[in-house]
Amino acid sequence: MKRFLSMLCLTLLPLAASAQDTAPDVLVKSVTLEVVELIAKDKEIKAGGRAKLIEVIEAKVLPHFNFNAMTALAMGQNWNKSSPEQKKRLTEEFKTLLVRTYASALAAYSEQKFDFRPLRAKPTDTDVTVNVRVLQPGAQAVTIDYSMEKTASGWKVYDVMVGGVSLVANYRTEFANTVRNSGIDGLIKDLQTKNRSLAKQQEKK
Amino acid sequence: MIRLVLLAFLAALGGCASTGEERDPRDPLEGFNRGVYRFNEGFDDWIAKPVARTYRKALHQEIRSRVGNFFANVQDIFIGVNNFLQGKLEDGVNDWARFAFNSTFGLLGLHDVASDMGLEKHNEDFGQTFGRWGVPPGPYLILPFLGSSTVRDGAGTALDYYFAPLTEVRPIELRNTLFGLYLVNTRADLLDASQLLEEAALDKYTFQRDAFLQRRRSLIYDGNPPREKLE
Repeated sequence: MKRFLSMLCLTLLPLAASAQDTAPDVLVKSVTLEVVELIAKDKEIKAGGRAKLIEVIEAKVLPHFNFNAMTALAMGQNWNKSSPEQKKRLTEEFKTLLVRTYASALAAYSEQKFDFRPLRAKPTDTDVTVNVRVLQPGAQAVTIDYSMEKTASGWKVYDVMVGGVSLVANYRTEFANTVRNSGIDGLIKDLQTKNRSLAKQQEKK
Repeated sequence: MIRLVLLAFLAALGGCASTGEERDPRDPLEGFNRGVYRFNEGFDDWIAKPVARTYRKALHQEIRSRVGNFFANVQDIFIGVNNFLQGKLEDGVNDWARFAFNSTFGLLGLHDVASDMGLEKHNEDFGQTFGRWGVPPGPYLILPFLGSSTVRDGAGTALDYYFAPLTEVRPIELRNTLFGLYLVNTRADLLDASQLLEEAALDKYTFQRDAFLQRRRSLIYDGNPPREKLE
């Protein structure tokens, strides 16, 4: 019996160490540091290679985001009025836009220091905010707050606040205005147009 | 020169007929604001941005950062005053200590030695103090040249400028040169951010407005505003 238990422990061990159980603040810290190190090392990215940077983001950062939830929050009441197909396309386009914007923000990164704040949450919480501060001499630190939710596949980010500005909240008015004027399909079209022009701009770099 | 600017300003305002769209309750003056916004964009595209880009190319990052430190140091005096007015004595003392150390050991503020000593830089102004006292922001307002504001924050900005130590500098030529340098250096610092805004926004006016209002709210609560749950 004892042997059986230890066997069981051994088989369970790798599971326990997987992303599913990683505390949200530990996750944010490890992903941030990993990405920053990758960028610092990569000559292509340092030279302004946007495609490579987007590759890194897609591989390292995206798995920890819940874009479905982000899009639903940004859409507000219009989310429930969208068909499954519209929801899928909205999520896809919004994701592309956020990744491109994020890439631009990261490209401007120049060796600032991070201050990872200790998590203030109970172990039983399933919805937490992880605070990171980016320190820069001569200026007030920039706060980055990740709103995260516990899901079956680990902790996922559903909103990012930079300097107190929530990305999701900021897109809400824009989305609502566009839907009011030209419908949900109009918004999808606007997002596509935006993404295409960004892709063109970034190719030039 | 001033007459020319005024003329351009009025021309931009003339183009702001109401679009008849549903109004945002936080922005009842949207028609007027969009006019000022267009004027500011024109000024930025044709004058401010090109000057800031040239400045950024001409001066090494290290020097620009010293220039930024110099002005940031002078501002710490009134950041401290505002912290006192908001009853945050410890923060106010921190700000004045920053000014004392940076002005002396930091060579007139060129070096931010206080940050290395653990005295953190704060962000305060009269608009935030009014907010802390419970004054509501009032309608969103775009100021010529200065950009996003509200009625409350606009009044705050007027006081910020009125008390700015820079305005006391004489001779006038020196004051104007310093002021110009301050504006150019600030705009140069914001080049990346404004590029990002350009990329992220579907409608820049709305995006910038919402970001500004969120940001001010967060600043008034020093980064910890009561959480608004999105559903």
